[in-house]
Amino acid sequence: MGGKRKNNENEGAEGDEGSKNSSKKMKKEKREILPSSIKNKEKRSAVHAKLKHQKKLDKRKKLKARDAAAKRALELGEEPPAKQIPRTIENTREADETVCMPDDEELFAGNDADEFSAILKQDRTPKILITTCRFNSTRGPAFINELLSVIPNAHYYKRGTYDLKKIVEYANNKEFTSVVVVHTNRREPDALLIIGLPDGPTAHFKLSSLVLRKDIKNHGNPTSHEPELVLNNFTTRLGHRVGRLIQSLFPQSPNFRGRRVVTFHNQRDFIFFRHHRYIFESKETKQSDSKGKDAKDTKGEGISKEKVIARLQECGPRFTLKLVSLQHGTFDTKGGEFEWVHKPEMDTSRRRFFL
Amino acid sequence: MQHDEVIWQVIRHKHCSFMSKISTGIFCRNPYNVTGICNRSSCPLANSRYATIRDHDGVFYLYMKTIERAHKPNDLWERVKLPRNYEMALELIDKHLMYWPKLLVHKIKQRLTKMTQMRIRMRKLALKTREKIMTTPRKEKKREARREEKAEKAAVLDKAIEKELLTRLENGIYDGIYNLPFNKFLQTLETDELQAEDEIEEESEVEYVEGNFELEEEDDIEDLGMMKDYHISNDEVADDDEEINAMEENTVRRKSKSAHEKSEKDEFGKKLKKKPRIHVEVEHEEGGERQKVSL
Repeated sequence: MGGKRKNNENEGAEGDEGSKNSSKKMKKEKREILPSSIKNKEKRSAVHAKLKHQKKLDKRKKLKARDAAAKRALELGEEPPAKQIPRTIENTREADETVCMPDDEELFAGNDADEFSAILKQDRTPKILITTCRFNSTRGPAFINELLSVIPNAHYYKRGTYDLKKIVEYANNKEFTSVVVVHTNRREPDALLIIGLPDGPTAHFKLSSLVLRKDIKNHGNPTSHEPELVLNNFTTRLGHRVGRLIQSLFPQSPNFRGRRVVTFHNQRDFIFFRHHRYIFESKETKQSDSKGKDAKDTKGEGISKEKVIARLQECGPRFTLKLVSLQHGTFDTKGGEFEWVHKPEMDTSRRRFFL
Repeated sequence: MQHDEVIWQVIRHKHCSFMSKISTGIFCRNPYNVTGICNRSSCPLANSRYATIRDHDGVFYLYMKTIERAHKPNDLWERVKLPRNYEMALELIDKHLMYWPKLLVHKIKQRLTKMTQMRIRMRKLALKTREKIMTTPRKEKKREARREEKAEKAAVLDKAIEKELLTRLENGIYDGIYNLPFNKFLQTLETDELQAEDEIEEESEVEYVEGNFELEEEDDIEDLGMMKDYHISNDEVADDDEEINAMEENTVRRKSKSAHEKSEKDEFGKKLKKKPRIHVEVEHEEGGERQKVSL
């Protein structure tokens, strides 16, 4: 009732001011037609539905206008009006001064002098020791099996009750280059500790959303060729260091014929791990009557294009890592020097990322 | 001592703050209790002559209370430090509690034994490393899960990987492995004759070579793997034909995710029928290009 009366009032008011400026009218309309101020539910929902419909029509009209403008510009031979770039979190990321510039000499010097340079320059071949926490359970062994197949030259040893520091010593004696500890919590692997050797940094990652190979639809079986490595989006100095740490796990001479690619993709501080087998193919995008696709010199008709695409078949596990802490020496929580530790107060800004 | 019985009647039958009843029995939470059980003889409130052993930072103390000090609660408990040595502690207890009821003395000695054993065990454990359980607030766990999901959607992983592989292909890292048409090799309509020539060339090539391996349909991936190994061990590079054919089997059997693959299937189906079969080409590897993946 109240709502109806209000609307009547509005109409009366609009009728009076109909002769005045349209902008004022619009303002009044905008002020009145706020659905949340109407107490009557039926009336309110009706007004809301009307508003939504109006918005939809406006959007469609805008889209049509945009398309028409683009088409017209194309026909006239001019450039189409500039496409608007949508705003994303990556676009609006807080400026970070530690982002690596492409020609940073300090970076290269640092790279030469850091712990991975020996491995990355192929002076040492990577040899990985994989172990678990003291209590291993359900999904742990399956995950470790898959890790063994992904990382070449990896060996699994049971944990026993040895101290981690002892394990590091043992690995040093046996000439390993890294130790990977898979930590389980509540019967699920949930943390990964990568310790570089001999006195390399220790990275503690939080592991989540693990999908084993058998749970992936249409998975492929990986071969034993050395995989290629793809490391995406490691922009800052910290990210660069973590990227090199991951790189040091894999051999530096990938076998391209094996067509195996292992990807660590960093997005908003989450590192996504994927393992694929790929193949390149050529595909006709537009109409063409040339049959010779795989001829060495390809010919295309005027508008026909033959594109090369890559196709992927996923094999191997799939998981996500998030860096919790990076320590400068080998594992020593009490006395170690931490390069980076995640603190909850770092999460306050949604546009700030560290890797 | 006259009060003891009254006190006991009151606290036992009415209410005692230190008493806790659990499924296995009735216990007393008073820190001065010797046995820990809620009992007429073990209650420190209802016995005006009482003694206990308490531990402070690994040092044991003998506490005694007598009726003479019952009106002075501040000075009620007399404290004696017990030596580290177990036997000497026992002797000291005997000395201090010489004329006390034997039951109480016995209980105290039992308590001393238990506490020394516990002390030894705690010290041993402190030397070993133990995992510490850290908890994260639920809000943070949920927040992280939410952010991870959104990040995964924002990182269109398949596309990103494919793009990276294609850039590597264009940069020439895979030179000599693939024979694929590039956009830069595209030529215009004027080269029709060349095209015709090429087609003829292709056919002539096909005429020469007889297929060594008859690629039938329905190859298992394992077979594919074996065959590929065979290829590489022979140091022969099979042309894309074979690879594409092999992968075609995969695509025919796997449900394609990307939209364009449906059309590809048809194309490949046609290819299977009319494409000339195996085109084995011997290529010499170019000294094993080693590429360092640079970040």
